[in-house]
Amino acid sequence: MTTTARKVLLGSALAGAVFVLPVARASDDTSVSLCDGQSTLTIPGLKAGEELPPQRARQVAGDMMQVWRQNAGEVRWASWKAEAATAAPAPVSPAATQAAAPAAQGQPTKFTKRDQMLWEREEKKWVEEGYKAFHNAKALGGTIGISCDMCHPDTTNTHPETYPKFQVQTKKVALLRDMINWCIENPLKGKPLEENDPALRAVEAYILSARKGVALAPGKH
Amino acid sequence: MKKDRFEKYLEEREAYFGRVQGLGRRDFIKAAGLVAAAATASGKLLPHSFQPVDVVHADAPDKSFRFAYISDSHLYQKSLNERFVRAILKAVDDVNAMSPQPDFVLYGGDLAQLGQPGELGEGAQILKALKAKTYMMVGEHDWYLDMGDKWRALFGKDTYSFDHKGVHMIVLNSVIVEDYWTGPKLSPMDRMLAMAQLDNPNGRPFTVGDAQRDWLKNDLAKVKPDTPIIVFSHSPLYKIYKAWNFWTDDAEQVQALLAPFKNVTVIHGHTHQMLSNRVGNIHFHGMLSTAWPWPYAPQGLPKLTVRMNRTDPFDELDGCGDGWIDVLPGGHVDKSYNLWSRNPVRVSASYLGSDGTLDRPAAETDVNY
Repeated sequence: MTTTARKVLLGSALAGAVFVLPVARASDDTSVSLCDGQSTLTIPGLKAGEELPPQRARQVAGDMMQVWRQNAGEVRWASWKAEAATAAPAPVSPAATQAAAPAAQGQPTKFTKRDQMLWEREEKKWVEEGYKAFHNAKALGGTIGISCDMCHPDTTNTHPETYPKFQVQTKKVALLRDMINWCIENPLKGKPLEENDPALRAVEAYILSARKGVALAPGKH
Repeated sequence: MKKDRFEKYLEEREAYFGRVQGLGRRDFIKAAGLVAAAATASGKLLPHSFQPVDVVHADAPDKSFRFAYISDSHLYQKSLNERFVRAILKAVDDVNAMSPQPDFVLYGGDLAQLGQPGELGEGAQILKALKAKTYMMVGEHDWYLDMGDKWRALFGKDTYSFDHKGVHMIVLNSVIVEDYWTGPKLSPMDRMLAMAQLDNPNGRPFTVGDAQRDWLKNDLAKVKPDTPIIVFSHSPLYKIYKAWNFWTDDAEQVQALLAPFKNVTVIHGHTHQMLSNRVGNIHFHGMLSTAWPWPYAPQGLPKLTVRMNRTDPFDELDGCGDGWIDVLPGGHVDKSYNLWSRNPVRVSASYLGSDGTLDRPAAETDVNY
């Protein structure tokens, strides 16, 4: 591990283990910070490269939770607890949604309708890029004029809901992305794309979006 | 008043002898010989009070004959894509290896992928290697780059008919669509690309069209109702799934023109899969593609179709193939699918004629992959 400064992000205050990537400092202290961008905590005596024992790590996580609640989380925490008390567990039936709605109304949120519009627009953009690449033989690096829609019109037969699964032919557990890359390499005769290549992600986004909610029925569609 | 069984028997007996008396001696002998074949092929179940016999005309075939088909090759030029070229060469080899040779070969359309002169030219060259006589039919991928100029130069008319051993054969151009390119000023290639995308949400439905239906009406006027008819069409001449143009918009009108004929079979391309259907006296069979298989549409599948199992993407020949058609005595048709990676499948006239009760093709077991 290098001594380049890094931040620790605790995604959930309830995490059992703390991943500590220490910030290089003159002192023997390590600082951890939370995903709200505000809450930080110093762990005295933790040297760079050292790992916390599990019990101590849980204590630190608990301390982080306190810091967060002090900073801004108290109000939100209370509202979540109230929601959890009134809401039914997932999947949510229409009746339960109605029961939960009054509790959710009027709760403070920093997200606006405009935010929602921006998020949807960004998602739509990715799905549309994926649609284009899906229907274009060259867009994914294919070299023989075969495009995804030739075997999968309207994403038929992509069955993303069946992944992950053991792919007999490759002798590996496959994710949807692996299968997309296999198709790029084989029927499309291109080079497989990097894991986080935007084109690959876009095609995956389009397939997942088009097949959202499709029931699992192996071999049927 | 409901007739009792004996009265019905007398009526059928009267009708039978009436028909028989109308025959000359040669026809009578032929009719007697054809009884069993006609009964099963038309799907009539036994016993009836008087066995119904299709008294066939002397013109209808008294021996079965066979022709082969190759379809939907979607060729790019070899320099770009060898895979589709290898596939059509394999089909040509299959047909040339048939012994005895088929009476003729029908090419089912979509010889080219993007209608390019190079693609059509290469395809024509490859098909020249066929030993048997070849009849060509056009598909949308052949047509919409130049509206058929190169096709007609290479292969002649896109709509025509001919007679063979007592069967009247009709070849249609059933991929006519309304003009979608003039308004938005699409280039020829844009027009072709729009047509080439099967799931194009702005696609226009295939039709046979008014002009061609008039031609068909006139052509059929010269044909006796007892003469068996085989119609070759790229689009299915019935309606399966509009979003993928597994569809002919004026299907009902075309079927109405064919309805007066006792024995009609439609052989169609475009769908790249095993498909079987029956509407009245018309049997419908799909042809396999040499290039790639389409999945089944989410809805609209005719109930008589026994689905082929989902194809294996790790086998580039799976779901592809060619096939042949046996025209039986009396003019009904058994269709054979020569799948390259699977056991061949035969869909018989008696299966369709009996509405699925007789001779059902074996269903494949599902696999999960």
